[in-house]
Amino acid sequence: MRTIYILFIRQLKRYLRSKPRIIGSLGQPILFLVALGFGFGPVFQKAGEGSYIHFLAPGVIGMSIIFTAIFSGIEIIWDRQFGFLKETLVAPVSRFNIMLGRTMGGAVVSTIQGTIVFLISLTVGFRPYNWTLVPLAIVFMFLISLLFTAFGTAIASRLSDMQGFQLIMNFIIMPLFFLSGALFPLEGLPSAISLLTKFDPLTYGIDALRVIFLGAGHFSLLVDTLVLGSVTLGFLLLGSYLFSKIEV
Amino acid sequence: MDNIIEVVNLTKKFKDFLAVDRVSFEVKRGEIFAFLGPNGAGKSTTIKMLTTLLRPTAGQMKINGYNPIKQANQVRHSFGIVFQDQSLDDELTAYENMYFHAVLYNVLKTDRKKLIEKFLRFVDLWDRKDDLVKKFSGGMKRRLEIARGLLHKPDIIFLDEPTLGLDAQTRNYLWTYLKDLNKKENITIFFTTHYLQEAEDIAQRIAIMDHGQIIESGTAEELISKTNSKNLEGAFLTLVGANIRQEESGAIDKLRMRRRMFHK
Repeated sequence: MRTIYILFIRQLKRYLRSKPRIIGSLGQPILFLVALGFGFGPVFQKAGEGSYIHFLAPGVIGMSIIFTAIFSGIEIIWDRQFGFLKETLVAPVSRFNIMLGRTMGGAVVSTIQGTIVFLISLTVGFRPYNWTLVPLAIVFMFLISLLFTAFGTAIASRLSDMQGFQLIMNFIIMPLFFLSGALFPLEGLPSAISLLTKFDPLTYGIDALRVIFLGAGHFSLLVDTLVLGSVTLGFLLLGSYLFSKIEV
Repeated sequence: MDNIIEVVNLTKKFKDFLAVDRVSFEVKRGEIFAFLGPNGAGKSTTIKMLTTLLRPTAGQMKINGYNPIKQANQVRHSFGIVFQDQSLDDELTAYENMYFHAVLYNVLKTDRKKLIEKFLRFVDLWDRKDDLVKKFSGGMKRRLEIARGLLHKPDIIFLDEPTLGLDAQTRNYLWTYLKDLNKKENITIFFTTHYLQEAEDIAQRIAIMDHGQIIESGTAEELISKTNSKNLEGAFLTLVGANIRQEESGAIDKLRMRRRMFHK
Protein backbone atom coordinates (compact mmCIF):
# COMPACT_ATOMS: atom_id res chain seq x y z
CA MET A 1 0.00 0.00 0.00
CA ARG A 2 2.87 2.39 0.80
CA THR A 3 4.09 2.11 -2.80
CA ILE A 4 0.68 2.83 -4.26
CA TYR A 5 0.24 5.73 -1.83
CA ILE A 6 3.61 7.42 -2.50
CA LEU A 7 3.26 7.14 -6.28
CA PHE A 8 -0.29 8.46 -6.05
CA ILE A 9 0.94 11.44 -4.01
CA ARG A 10 3.73 12.08 -6.51
CA GLN A 11 1.29 12.27 -9.44
CA LEU A 12 -0.93 14.64 -7.47
CA LYS A 13 1.92 16.93 -6.43
CA ARG A 14 3.24 17.12 -9.96
CA TYR A 15 -0.20 18.10 -11.23
CA LEU A 16 -0.93 20.69 -8.56
CA ARG A 17 2.49 22.30 -9.07
CA SER A 18 2.10 22.55 -12.80
CA LYS A 19 -0.20 25.56 -13.10
CA PRO A 20 0.45 26.06 -16.85
CA ARG A 21 -0.67 22.44 -17.36
CA ILE A 22 -3.91 22.98 -15.41
CA ILE A 23 -4.73 26.23 -17.17
CA GLY A 24 -3.61 24.99 -20.60
CA SER A 25 -5.71 21.85 -20.40
CA LEU A 26 -8.82 23.91 -19.62
CA GLY A 27 -8.48 26.01 -22.78
CA GLN A 28 -9.81 23.37 -25.16
CA PRO A 29 -12.90 22.40 -23.09
CA ILE A 30 -13.81 26.06 -22.65
CA LEU A 31 -13.46 26.65 -26.39
CA PHE A 32 -15.65 23.63 -27.15
CA LEU A 33 -18.29 24.68 -24.63
CA VAL A 34 -18.44 28.28 -25.81
CA ALA A 35 -17.82 27.97 -29.57
CA LEU A 36 -19.65 24.72 -30.24
CA GLY A 37 -22.18 25.09 -27.43
CA PHE A 38 -23.39 28.50 -28.52
CA GLY A 39 -22.52 28.03 -32.20
CA PHE A 40 -24.54 24.88 -32.79
CA GLY A 41 -27.10 25.65 -30.07
CA PRO A 42 -29.71 27.26 -32.36
CA VAL A 43 -29.41 24.50 -35.03
CA PHE A 44 -29.72 21.80 -32.36
CA GLN A 45 -32.76 23.51 -30.89
CA LYS A 46 -34.41 23.93 -34.31
CA ALA A 47 -33.93 20.20 -34.87
CA GLY A 48 -36.02 19.66 -31.77
CA GLU A 49 -33.18 18.25 -29.66
CA GLY A 50 -33.35 20.83 -26.83
CA SER A 51 -30.43 22.69 -25.30
CA TYR A 52 -27.12 21.87 -26.98
CA ILE A 53 -25.15 23.14 -23.95
CA HIS A 54 -26.95 20.54 -21.82
CA PHE A 55 -26.21 17.84 -24.37
CA LEU A 56 -22.61 18.94 -24.94
CA ALA A 57 -21.40 19.51 -21.36
CA PRO A 58 -21.09 15.77 -20.41
CA GLY A 59 -19.23 15.22 -23.71
CA VAL A 60 -16.78 18.03 -23.00
CA ILE A 61 -16.26 16.73 -19.44
CA GLY A 62 -15.51 13.32 -21.00
CA MET A 63 -13.14 14.95 -23.49
CA SER A 64 -11.22 16.69 -20.72
CA ILE A 65 -10.97 13.40 -18.80
CA ILE A 66 -9.76 11.28 -21.72
CA PHE A 67 -7.07 13.81 -22.69
CA THR A 68 -5.77 14.22 -19.14
CA ALA A 69 -6.00 10.51 -18.33
CA ILE A 70 -4.15 9.25 -21.40
CA PHE A 71 -1.47 11.91 -20.96
CA SER A 72 -1.09 10.90 -17.29
CA GLY A 73 -0.64 7.32 -18.44
CA ILE A 74 1.93 8.16 -21.07
CA GLU A 75 3.96 10.21 -18.57
CA ILE A 76 5.88 6.95 -18.21
CA ILE A 77 7.58 7.81 -21.51
CA TRP A 78 8.65 11.10 -19.99
CA ASP A 79 9.94 9.36 -16.86
CA ARG A 80 11.79 6.93 -19.06
CA GLN A 81 13.39 9.77 -21.07
CA PHE A 82 14.49 11.63 -17.94
CA GLY A 83 15.54 8.60 -15.94
CA PHE A 84 13.06 8.68 -13.06
CA LEU A 85 11.48 5.41 -14.15
CA LYS A 86 14.73 3.62 -13.32
CA GLU A 87 14.52 4.84 -9.72
CA THR A 88 11.14 3.13 -9.31
CA LEU A 89 12.09 0.01 -11.24
CA VAL A 90 15.12 -0.79 -9.05
CA ALA A 91 13.12 -0.32 -5.85
CA PRO A 92 12.21 -3.47 -3.90
CA VAL A 93 8.51 -3.23 -4.65
CA SER A 94 6.22 -5.02 -7.07
CA ARG A 95 5.79 -3.51 -10.50
CA PHE A 96 2.05 -4.07 -10.25
CA ASN A 97 1.95 -1.73 -7.23
CA ILE A 98 4.06 0.84 -9.08
CA MET A 99 1.69 0.72 -12.03
CA LEU A 100 -1.38 0.84 -9.78
CA GLY A 101 -0.05 3.83 -7.79
CA ARG A 102 0.74 5.77 -10.93
CA THR A 103 -2.64 4.89 -12.45
CA MET A 104 -4.60 5.87 -9.33
CA GLY A 105 -2.74 9.18 -9.16
CA GLY A 106 -3.36 9.86 -12.84
CA ALA A 107 -7.03 8.92 -12.47
CA VAL A 108 -7.54 11.31 -9.54
CA VAL A 109 -5.84 14.10 -11.50
CA SER A 110 -8.18 13.48 -14.46
CA THR A 111 -11.20 13.39 -12.16
CA ILE A 112 -10.19 16.77 -10.71
CA GLN A 113 -9.84 18.09 -14.24
CA GLY A 114 -13.27 16.72 -15.17
CA THR A 115 -14.80 18.30 -12.06
CA ILE A 116 -13.27 21.68 -12.94
CA VAL A 117 -14.77 21.44 -16.44
CA PHE A 118 -18.13 20.56 -14.85
CA LEU A 119 -17.91 23.73 -12.72
CA ILE A 120 -16.99 25.78 -15.81
CA SER A 121 -19.94 24.34 -17.71
CA LEU A 122 -22.24 25.66 -14.96
CA THR A 123 -21.10 29.17 -15.83
CA VAL A 124 -22.30 28.76 -19.44
CA GLY A 125 -25.75 27.61 -18.44
CA PHE A 126 -25.43 23.86 -17.87
CA ARG A 127 -27.56 22.54 -14.98
CA PRO A 128 -27.84 18.91 -13.82
CA TYR A 129 -31.46 17.83 -13.49
CA ASN A 130 -30.79 16.38 -10.05
CA TRP A 131 -28.03 17.94 -7.94
CA THR A 132 -27.95 15.06 -5.48
CA LEU A 133 -26.56 12.83 -8.26
CA VAL A 134 -23.45 14.97 -8.78
CA PRO A 135 -21.33 12.75 -6.42
CA LEU A 136 -22.37 9.73 -8.52
CA ALA A 137 -21.22 11.60 -11.64
CA ILE A 138 -17.84 12.15 -9.97
CA VAL A 139 -17.62 8.40 -9.27
CA PHE A 140 -18.18 7.75 -12.99
CA MET A 141 -15.65 10.43 -13.92
CA PHE A 142 -13.16 8.49 -11.79
CA LEU A 143 -14.06 5.23 -13.51
CA ILE A 144 -13.56 6.80 -16.97
CA SER A 145 -10.28 8.30 -15.74
CA LEU A 146 -9.06 4.98 -14.40
CA LEU A 147 -9.87 3.26 -17.68
CA PHE A 148 -7.99 5.73 -19.84
CA THR A 149 -5.02 6.17 -17.49
CA ALA A 150 -4.55 2.39 -17.52
CA PHE A 151 -4.92 2.51 -21.31
CA GLY A 152 -2.26 5.25 -21.52
CA THR A 153 0.04 3.21 -19.27
CA ALA A 154 -0.39 0.17 -21.51
CA ILE A 155 0.50 2.20 -24.63
CA ALA A 156 3.42 3.95 -22.94
CA SER A 157 4.88 0.67 -21.73
CA ARG A 158 5.45 -0.27 -25.38
CA LEU A 159 6.95 3.07 -26.46
CA SER A 160 10.54 4.05 -25.74
CA ASP A 161 10.35 7.75 -26.56
CA MET A 162 8.01 10.59 -27.48
CA GLN A 163 8.20 9.83 -31.21
CA GLY A 164 4.97 7.87 -30.93
CA PHE A 165 3.17 10.83 -29.39
CA GLN A 166 1.59 12.17 -32.60
CA LEU A 167 0.56 8.65 -33.49
CA ILE A 168 -1.30 8.33 -30.19
CA MET A 169 -2.88 11.75 -30.62
CA ASN A 170 -4.11 11.28 -34.20
CA PHE A 171 -4.95 7.59 -34.25
CA ILE A 172 -6.12 6.90 -30.73
CA ILE A 173 -7.26 9.92 -28.71
CA MET A 174 -9.00 11.92 -31.44
CA PRO A 175 -10.94 8.95 -32.92
CA LEU A 176 -11.96 7.82 -29.41
CA PHE A 177 -13.26 11.31 -28.69
CA PHE A 178 -15.04 11.97 -32.00
CA LEU A 179 -16.66 8.52 -32.10
CA SER A 180 -17.94 8.68 -28.53
CA GLY A 181 -21.06 10.73 -29.22
CA ALA A 182 -19.59 13.59 -27.19
CA LEU A 183 -20.59 16.12 -29.85
CA PHE A 184 -23.58 14.50 -31.54
CA PRO A 185 -26.45 12.16 -30.57
CA LEU A 186 -25.93 8.44 -31.27
CA GLU A 187 -29.40 8.03 -32.76
CA GLY A 188 -29.79 7.89 -36.54
CA LEU A 189 -26.11 7.43 -37.39
CA PRO A 190 -24.98 5.48 -40.47
CA SER A 191 -24.62 1.84 -39.46
CA ALA A 192 -20.80 1.75 -39.86
CA ILE A 193 -20.33 4.79 -37.62
CA SER A 194 -22.91 3.45 -35.19
CA LEU A 195 -20.96 0.20 -34.95
CA LEU A 196 -17.69 2.04 -34.32
CA THR A 197 -19.26 4.11 -31.53
CA LYS A 198 -20.27 0.87 -29.80
CA PHE A 199 -16.62 -0.28 -29.72
CA ASP A 200 -15.47 3.01 -28.18
CA PRO A 201 -15.37 2.74 -24.36
CA LEU A 202 -15.67 6.53 -24.04
CA THR A 203 -19.16 6.25 -25.56
CA TYR A 204 -20.33 4.44 -22.43
CA GLY A 205 -18.55 6.90 -20.14
CA ILE A 206 -20.18 9.92 -21.72
CA ASP A 207 -23.51 8.13 -21.89
CA ALA A 208 -23.30 7.38 -18.16
CA LEU A 209 -22.62 11.07 -17.46
CA ARG A 210 -25.65 12.02 -19.60
CA VAL A 211 -27.88 9.54 -17.76
CA ILE A 212 -26.77 11.00 -14.41
CA PHE A 213 -26.75 14.69 -15.38
CA LEU A 214 -29.70 14.78 -17.79
CA GLY A 215 -31.75 11.78 -16.76
CA ALA A 216 -31.62 10.29 -20.27
CA GLY A 217 -29.03 8.42 -22.31
CA HIS A 218 -28.59 6.06 -25.22
CA PHE A 219 -27.88 3.00 -23.03
CA SER A 220 -28.96 2.19 -19.48
CA LEU A 221 -26.65 3.06 -16.58
CA LEU A 222 -26.27 -0.68 -15.92
CA VAL A 223 -24.92 -1.32 -19.43
CA ASP A 224 -22.60 1.68 -19.13
CA THR A 225 -21.32 0.47 -15.75
CA LEU A 226 -20.76 -3.09 -16.94
CA VAL A 227 -18.88 -2.02 -20.07
CA LEU A 228 -16.78 0.60 -18.26
CA GLY A 229 -16.02 -1.76 -15.37
CA SER A 230 -14.97 -4.69 -17.52
CA VAL A 231 -12.91 -2.59 -19.96
CA THR A 232 -11.20 -0.83 -17.02
CA LEU A 233 -10.31 -4.18 -15.48
CA GLY A 234 -9.02 -5.40 -18.84
CA PHE A 235 -6.79 -2.34 -19.32
CA LEU A 236 -5.54 -2.52 -15.73
CA LEU A 237 -4.47 -6.12 -16.32
CA LEU A 238 -2.99 -5.35 -19.74
CA GLY A 239 -1.23 -2.22 -18.41
CA SER A 240 0.27 -4.07 -15.45
CA TYR A 241 1.42 -6.95 -17.69
CA LEU A 242 3.10 -4.62 -20.19
CA PHE A 243 4.54 -2.47 -17.39
CA SER A 244 6.07 -5.58 -15.78
CA LYS A 245 7.90 -6.25 -19.07
CA ILE A 246 9.53 -2.82 -19.32
CA GLU A 247 13.30 -2.85 -19.69
CA VAL A 248 15.26 0.39 -19.51
CA MET B 1 36.22 -12.16 2.88
CA ASP B 2 33.20 -13.55 1.02
CA ASN B 3 32.11 -12.47 -2.43
CA ILE B 4 29.22 -10.01 -2.47
CA ILE B 5 29.00 -10.10 -6.28
CA GLU B 6 29.57 -13.25 -8.31
CA VAL B 7 29.12 -13.23 -12.06
CA VAL B 8 29.68 -16.24 -14.33
CA ASN B 9 29.48 -16.10 -18.14
CA LEU B 10 27.04 -13.20 -18.09
CA THR B 11 25.77 -12.46 -21.59
CA LYS B 12 23.37 -9.91 -23.04
CA LYS B 13 22.30 -9.84 -26.65
CA PHE B 14 20.10 -7.12 -28.22
CA LYS B 15 18.84 -8.73 -31.43
CA ASP B 16 22.11 -9.26 -33.36
CA PHE B 17 24.25 -7.07 -31.14
CA LEU B 18 26.24 -8.81 -28.41
CA ALA B 19 26.54 -6.12 -25.71
CA VAL B 20 27.99 -8.32 -22.97
CA ASP B 21 29.84 -11.47 -23.90
CA ARG B 22 30.40 -14.21 -21.28
CA VAL B 23 31.65 -11.89 -18.57
CA SER B 24 32.85 -13.47 -15.31
CA PHE B 25 34.15 -11.70 -12.22
CA GLU B 26 33.61 -11.40 -8.50
CA VAL B 27 33.73 -8.55 -6.02
CA LYS B 28 34.59 -9.11 -2.36
CA ARG B 29 32.43 -7.75 0.43
CA GLY B 30 33.77 -4.36 1.48
CA GLU B 31 35.87 -3.94 -1.66
CA ILE B 32 36.12 -0.80 -3.80
CA PHE B 33 35.89 -2.13 -7.34
CA ALA B 34 36.26 -0.09 -10.52
CA PHE B 35 34.72 -1.20 -13.78
CA LEU B 36 36.44 0.60 -16.62
CA GLY B 37 36.11 0.64 -20.37
CA PRO B 38 35.62 2.91 -23.36
CA ASN B 39 32.15 4.17 -24.34
CA GLY B 40 29.94 1.33 -25.50
CA ALA B 41 32.10 -1.36 -23.88
CA GLY B 42 29.12 -2.89 -22.05
CA LYS B 43 29.68 -1.49 -18.54
CA SER B 44 26.25 0.09 -18.11
CA THR B 45 24.52 -2.97 -19.58
CA THR B 46 26.35 -5.16 -17.07
CA ILE B 47 25.28 -2.85 -14.22
CA LYS B 48 21.69 -2.93 -15.46
CA MET B 49 21.72 -6.72 -15.31
CA LEU B 50 23.28 -6.74 -11.84
CA THR B 51 20.64 -4.30 -10.63
CA THR B 52 17.63 -6.22 -12.07
CA LEU B 53 16.84 -3.67 -14.78
CA LEU B 54 17.73 -6.04 -17.61
CA ARG B 55 17.35 -9.79 -17.89
CA PRO B 56 20.52 -11.47 -19.10
CA THR B 57 20.44 -13.63 -22.21
CA ALA B 58 22.66 -16.20 -20.46
CA GLY B 59 24.91 -16.64 -17.44
CA GLN B 60 24.59 -16.60 -13.66
CA MET B 61 24.79 -13.81 -11.09
CA LYS B 62 24.63 -13.59 -7.32
CA ILE B 63 24.32 -10.33 -5.44
CA ASN B 64 24.70 -10.53 -1.67
CA GLY B 65 23.88 -14.24 -1.97
CA TYR B 66 20.68 -13.68 -3.96
CA ASN B 67 19.78 -14.40 -7.57
CA PRO B 68 18.74 -11.12 -9.29
CA ILE B 69 16.24 -12.94 -11.52
CA LYS B 70 14.54 -15.17 -8.96
CA GLN B 71 15.04 -13.01 -5.85
CA ALA B 72 14.84 -9.54 -7.37
CA ASN B 73 13.42 -7.79 -4.30
CA GLN B 74 16.09 -9.16 -1.92
CA VAL B 75 18.74 -8.04 -4.41
CA ARG B 76 17.13 -4.60 -4.73
CA HIS B 77 17.19 -4.18 -0.94
CA SER B 78 20.93 -4.94 -0.99
CA PHE B 79 22.11 -2.15 -3.24
CA GLY B 80 21.89 1.56 -3.84
CA ILE B 81 22.58 3.01 -7.24
CA VAL B 82 23.58 6.25 -8.88
CA PHE B 83 22.79 6.01 -12.58
CA GLN B 84 24.83 7.48 -15.40
CA ASP B 85 21.86 9.63 -16.48
CA GLN B 86 19.90 11.68 -13.99
CA SER B 87 17.06 9.82 -12.28
CA LEU B 88 15.52 12.45 -10.00
CA ASP B 89 12.03 13.88 -10.25
CA ASP B 90 12.60 17.52 -11.21
CA GLU B 91 9.11 18.54 -10.12
CA LEU B 92 9.70 17.40 -6.52
CA THR B 93 11.91 19.03 -3.91
CA ALA B 94 15.19 17.49 -2.74
CA TYR B 95 13.48 16.40 0.48
CA GLU B 96 10.55 14.88 -1.39
CA ASN B 97 12.87 12.91 -3.68
CA MET B 98 14.60 11.52 -0.60
CA TYR B 99 11.29 10.81 1.14
CA PHE B 100 9.94 9.05 -1.93
CA HIS B 101 13.01 6.81 -1.94
CA ALA B 102 12.71 6.14 1.82
CA VAL B 103 9.11 4.99 1.41
CA LEU B 104 9.87 2.78 -1.59
CA TYR B 105 12.73 1.12 0.31
CA ASN B 106 10.64 0.72 3.44
CA VAL B 107 12.95 2.80 5.65
CA LEU B 108 11.36 2.84 9.10
CA LYS B 109 9.00 5.77 9.59
CA THR B 110 10.80 6.74 12.81
CA ASP B 111 14.17 6.89 11.03
CA ARG B 112 13.13 8.60 7.81
CA LYS B 113 13.49 12.26 8.81
CA LYS B 114 16.71 11.63 10.72
CA LEU B 115 18.35 9.75 7.85
CA ILE B 116 17.18 12.20 5.20
CA GLU B 117 18.67 15.06 7.22
CA LYS B 118 21.93 13.12 7.78
CA PHE B 119 22.47 12.41 4.08
CA LEU B 120 21.30 15.80 2.82
CA ARG B 121 23.74 17.42 5.26
CA PHE B 122 26.47 15.09 4.01
CA VAL B 123 26.05 16.33 0.45
CA ASP B 124 25.61 19.88 1.70
CA LEU B 125 22.04 20.21 0.45
CA TRP B 126 20.11 20.43 3.71
CA ASP B 127 19.66 24.20 3.29
CA ARG B 128 18.16 23.57 -0.16
CA LYS B 129 15.91 20.69 0.92
CA ASP B 130 12.69 22.52 0.04
CA ASP B 131 13.82 23.68 -3.40
CA LEU B 132 12.52 21.96 -6.51
CA VAL B 133 15.20 19.80 -8.09
CA LYS B 134 14.70 21.52 -11.45
CA LYS B 135 16.37 24.60 -9.93
CA PHE B 136 19.52 22.61 -9.06
CA SER B 137 22.76 22.63 -11.04
CA GLY B 138 24.07 19.36 -12.52
CA GLY B 139 26.54 18.98 -9.66
CA MET B 140 23.85 19.48 -7.02
CA LYS B 141 21.65 16.88 -8.69
CA ARG B 142 24.54 14.42 -8.68
CA ARG B 143 25.14 15.02 -4.98
CA LEU B 144 21.47 14.48 -4.25
CA GLU B 145 21.47 11.20 -6.19
CA ILE B 146 24.44 9.96 -4.17
CA ALA B 147 22.68 10.88 -0.91
CA ARG B 148 19.57 9.10 -2.11
CA GLY B 149 21.50 5.98 -3.10
CA LEU B 150 22.90 5.68 0.42
CA LEU B 151 19.67 6.47 2.27
CA HIS B 152 18.47 2.91 2.87
CA LYS B 153 21.92 1.77 4.09
CA PRO B 154 22.69 -0.66 1.25
CA ASP B 155 25.45 -3.30 1.41
CA ILE B 156 26.61 -2.35 -2.09
CA ILE B 157 26.51 0.95 -3.90
CA PHE B 158 26.68 0.97 -7.69
CA LEU B 159 28.01 4.26 -9.02
CA ASP B 160 27.82 4.59 -12.80
CA GLU B 161 30.11 7.55 -13.54
CA PRO B 162 29.15 9.26 -10.29
CA THR B 163 31.50 12.20 -10.59
CA LEU B 164 30.65 13.10 -14.18
CA GLY B 165 30.22 16.86 -14.41
CA LEU B 166 31.38 17.56 -10.87
CA ASP B 167 34.14 20.02 -10.06
CA ALA B 168 37.39 18.80 -8.50
CA GLN B 169 36.43 19.95 -5.00
CA THR B 170 33.11 18.12 -5.03
CA ARG B 171 34.73 14.98 -6.47
CA ASN B 172 37.33 15.02 -3.76
CA TYR B 173 34.69 15.61 -1.07
CA LEU B 174 32.50 12.75 -2.28
CA TRP B 175 35.28 10.22 -2.61
CA THR B 176 36.66 11.10 0.82
CA TYR B 177 33.22 10.43 2.29
CA LEU B 178 32.63 7.25 0.28
CA LYS B 179 36.03 5.83 1.25
CA ASP B 180 35.27 6.63 4.88
CA LEU B 181 31.90 4.92 4.58
CA ASN B 182 33.56 1.91 2.98
CA LYS B 183 36.02 1.71 5.86
CA LYS B 184 33.59 2.25 8.73
CA GLU B 185 30.51 0.43 7.46
CA ASN B 186 32.21 -2.08 5.15
CA ILE B 187 29.95 -0.97 2.26
CA THR B 188 31.04 -2.37 -1.11
CA ILE B 189 31.58 0.23 -3.81
CA PHE B 190 31.24 -0.76 -7.46
CA PHE B 191 31.90 2.14 -9.77
CA THR B 192 32.57 3.09 -13.36
CA THR B 193 34.43 6.22 -14.36
CA HIS B 194 36.26 7.80 -17.25
CA TYR B 195 38.55 9.62 -14.81
CA LEU B 196 41.30 7.02 -14.70
CA GLN B 197 43.30 8.83 -12.03
CA GLU B 198 40.23 8.55 -9.82
CA ALA B 199 40.15 4.77 -10.35
CA GLU B 200 43.89 4.49 -9.72
CA ASP B 201 43.62 6.42 -6.46
CA ILE B 202 40.48 4.84 -5.07
CA ALA B 203 39.84 1.34 -6.42
CA GLN B 204 41.30 -1.67 -4.65
CA ARG B 205 40.70 -3.76 -7.75
CA ILE B 206 39.91 -2.88 -11.36
CA ALA B 207 38.35 -4.73 -14.29
CA ILE B 208 38.74 -3.37 -17.80
CA MET B 209 36.00 -4.15 -20.26
CA ASP B 210 36.01 -3.78 -24.04
CA HIS B 211 33.70 -5.05 -26.79
CA GLY B 212 31.51 -6.71 -24.15
CA GLN B 213 34.32 -8.72 -22.56
CA ILE B 214 36.58 -8.27 -19.55
CA ILE B 215 40.01 -8.05 -21.08
CA GLU B 216 42.05 -7.59 -17.89
CA SER B 217 41.59 -7.27 -14.15
CA GLY B 218 43.72 -6.74 -11.06
CA THR B 219 45.00 -3.95 -8.85
CA ALA B 220 46.10 -0.70 -10.49
CA GLU B 221 49.73 -1.67 -9.83
CA GLU B 222 49.26 -5.07 -11.47
CA LEU B 223 47.67 -3.55 -14.59
CA ILE B 224 50.42 -0.92 -14.87
CA SER B 225 53.12 -3.55 -14.43
CA LYS B 226 51.53 -6.02 -16.91
CA THR B 227 51.43 -3.37 -19.63
CA ASN B 228 54.74 -1.69 -18.79
CA SER B 229 52.95 1.61 -18.44
CA LYS B 230 53.62 4.66 -16.30
CA ASN B 231 50.13 4.92 -14.89
CA LEU B 232 46.63 3.47 -15.18
CA GLU B 233 45.76 5.68 -18.12
CA GLY B 234 48.74 4.28 -20.00
CA ALA B 235 47.73 0.74 -19.08
CA PHE B 236 44.15 1.41 -20.16
CA LEU B 237 45.16 2.82 -23.54
CA THR B 238 47.56 -0.07 -24.11
CA LEU B 239 44.77 -2.55 -23.44
CA VAL B 240 41.88 -0.96 -25.32
CA GLY B 241 43.74 1.11 -27.94
CA ALA B 242 43.70 4.84 -28.52
CA ASN B 243 40.98 5.00 -31.19
CA ILE B 244 37.86 6.99 -30.36
CA ARG B 245 34.76 4.77 -30.11
CA GLN B 246 31.36 5.44 -31.57
CA GLU B 247 28.43 4.96 -29.21
CA GLU B 248 24.65 5.05 -29.50
CA SER B 249 23.37 8.32 -28.07
CA GLY B 250 21.51 8.10 -24.79
CA ALA B 251 17.83 8.94 -24.41
CA ILE B 252 18.54 12.47 -23.18
CA ASP B 253 20.85 13.16 -26.11
CA LYS B 254 18.16 11.98 -28.53
CA LEU B 255 15.60 14.26 -26.92
CA ARG B 256 17.93 17.25 -27.06
CA MET B 257 18.52 16.60 -30.76
CA ARG B 258 14.79 16.42 -31.38
CA ARG B 259 14.22 19.68 -29.52
CA ARG B 260 16.86 21.34 -31.64
CA MET B 261 15.13 20.06 -34.76
CA PHE B 262 11.81 21.53 -33.61
CA HIS B 263 13.44 24.90 -32.92
CA LYS B 264 14.90 24.92 -36.45
